[in-house]
Amino acid sequence: MRRLTGWGRTMPATTEVARPVTVDETIDLVRETSRTHGPRSRGLTARGLGRSYGDPAQNSGGLTLDLTGMNRILAVDAAADAADDGYREPTVVVEAGVDLDTLMKVLLPFGLWIPVLPGTRQVTVGGAIGSDVHGKNHHTQGSFGNHVRSLDLLTADGQVTTLTPDGPDADLFWATVGGMGLTGIVLRATVALQRVETAYFLVDTDRCANLDELMAQMVARDDDHTYSVAWFDAVTTGERMGRAVLTLGDKARLEDLPPRLAADPLAFSAPSLGTVPAVFPNGMVNAMTARLFSEAWFRKAPAHRVGEVQNITQFFHPLDIAQNWNRGYGPGGFLQYQFVMPFGAEDAFRRSVELITGSGHYSCLNVLKRFGQGNAGMLSFPTPGWTLTADFPIKPGLEQLCDALDQLVLSVGGRLYLAKDSRMRADTFATMYPRLEEFRRVRERVDPTGLFTSDLARRLEI
Amino acid sequence: MMDALGAPQTLLLLGGTSDIAVAIARRYAANRPLKVILAARDTPRRTKVAAELSDVGCVVSEVDFDAHDTTGHEATIESCFADGDVDVAVVAFGVLGDPEQAWTNADAALELATVNYSAPVHVGVLLAARMKAQKHGTIVALSSVAGERVRRSNFVYGSTKAGMDGFYTGLGYALREHGVHVLVVRPGFVKSKMTEGLGAAPLSTTPDDVAELTVKAVKAKKTAIWAPPPFRLVMLVLKALPTPIFRLLPF
Repeated sequence: MRRLTGWGRTMPATTEVARPVTVDETIDLVRETSRTHGPRSRGLTARGLGRSYGDPAQNSGGLTLDLTGMNRILAVDAAADAADDGYREPTVVVEAGVDLDTLMKVLLPFGLWIPVLPGTRQVTVGGAIGSDVHGKNHHTQGSFGNHVRSLDLLTADGQVTTLTPDGPDADLFWATVGGMGLTGIVLRATVALQRVETAYFLVDTDRCANLDELMAQMVARDDDHTYSVAWFDAVTTGERMGRAVLTLGDKARLEDLPPRLAADPLAFSAPSLGTVPAVFPNGMVNAMTARLFSEAWFRKAPAHRVGEVQNITQFFHPLDIAQNWNRGYGPGGFLQYQFVMPFGAEDAFRRSVELITGSGHYSCLNVLKRFGQGNAGMLSFPTPGWTLTADFPIKPGLEQLCDALDQLVLSVGGRLYLAKDSRMRADTFATMYPRLEEFRRVRERVDPTGLFTSDLARRLEI
Repeated sequence: MMDALGAPQTLLLLGGTSDIAVAIARRYAANRPLKVILAARDTPRRTKVAAELSDVGCVVSEVDFDAHDTTGHEATIESCFADGDVDVAVVAFGVLGDPEQAWTNADAALELATVNYSAPVHVGVLLAARMKAQKHGTIVALSSVAGERVRRSNFVYGSTKAGMDGFYTGLGYALREHGVHVLVVRPGFVKSKMTEGLGAAPLSTTPDDVAELTVKAVKAKKTAIWAPPPFRLVMLVLKALPTPIFRLLPF
């Protein structure tokens, strides 16, 4: 029996944990659990690296399968012969427990690149599919599910089915992409890759004086760059509300690199500052520290800089240099709030930033981005529009702020991200995800007794 | 499931028409409407409470529950958990009785012991089994400062509360490893339907105040609270008094 929480370190679950290290062991465990499954039993949940913030990867009173040991990279097809017979897409076949950090490091020397990387590389491929994660290139290249060419799903009947995005079981594929692990367990996946010449990015950085300027810049410039994201100040109010640092990037080609880097263009070194110890009390993120941080973060960015060569950590994953950074919030934990509002709802979006900056709740790590087209995932989060992410330490009154933001998001037909959620209402969720019924029908078909469940599924009555 | 900000999804009130129980439900509902299971005798008051909670957005179900009917308890608790997990269960039933009757009339004493002690223990064991299986949840037991040191004036009532207080405190120890919390609430004199017609004692409180403190304590995962909080200190002093002095105190 163990205690598990999500990355937000709230809502602990007491659960049995099993850690199969092969596909066969996983299949045996699921069949075993399925045999004894009855109306009073609590089913099972798959878990990867526990980076979702709330409760999707834990199962109070039931079994949680830690799949990080099922982590073999099975095949890499670099499609190096493609020159002979036209374009062929490079792919990799992995077990679901492979994490994107390892995979990226393995693939880079071959000049291969994972098409979608979220804000941390510490996620498994299974988790990336279950949450249909997105990155800074969503507006140009979609979310993780867009790049999955096939997956092997272990369902409640103990059988394994290979699913493809447009094959006979396409509905099960698109219920699984973004389905938070509730259709079964992804055992293996084939993921399409991209070719890269270097491990570097050409980055434009611009400070924007306020939210309106930021949004105007993003509309004008996003489409010219593969990657685009903004950090914004969620503390400052008034004229400079929503002042931001916008970064726009593209993969660097060999000729873009200075000679020093061009000598070893695919080299990747991840600096680490070590692990954050669990010594911080609650309240480290407060009015003063958040103001200082926001001021410093804004000031340290150049007012305008074009074409700087940045490495992967600088550009993609600044937070990955410190492991367990979530401990900095103290034992009370924190809450991440991420929503998307459709294009055309800019007034509501502005209002949401006003609500946050004026709330007395302080968030430092705030991300703003424009999403492109969504995919066919029934519970997949990204839809065209503006997405905003903020991290709040848990303190009294936060529920009122979140409820007010929910109402605003609902009023314009937006939605919250399940991988981040830890406090949404079940009826709010159902309204935000109009394809929920369709998802439920697929789940009812492949798992009529609800073997696959989770604390999130219970909380949101999925 | 309890969410990250401590809002429960399902609240079970055993003795669902008690003023404190209803105040707890209202307090939760004011923050976020939730599912409420009212387990109580089928009375007009239960219907009224159900309607009231529905009006503020709660999904209310009514379950027949009688503290005396111990043979029916198991089925009652089963039905309360039939539609899903219970996040917070409040054991709120109890009777005050006539204090002089209670120690001079054997049947009156048995009635108090049954409703205030035997039934809560019986129900507590059944609740614990279900919560242990779901591996989360909080049991709130409404005890009383009267049980901390029994007084001449109401020692039968006090003794029943002392017993149930001890049981739930220990239950909290036992359930801890299962991820289940137990909160023992020790109010002083509460102005409610239970104490109607009695003169208010010093440090008296209201069901709303008890409810507010309870909801906060559930969120903070406390194991015991006093309402109002200064009672903790008062009881500490009273418990320390030598018997010859305590016996003479005018309450």
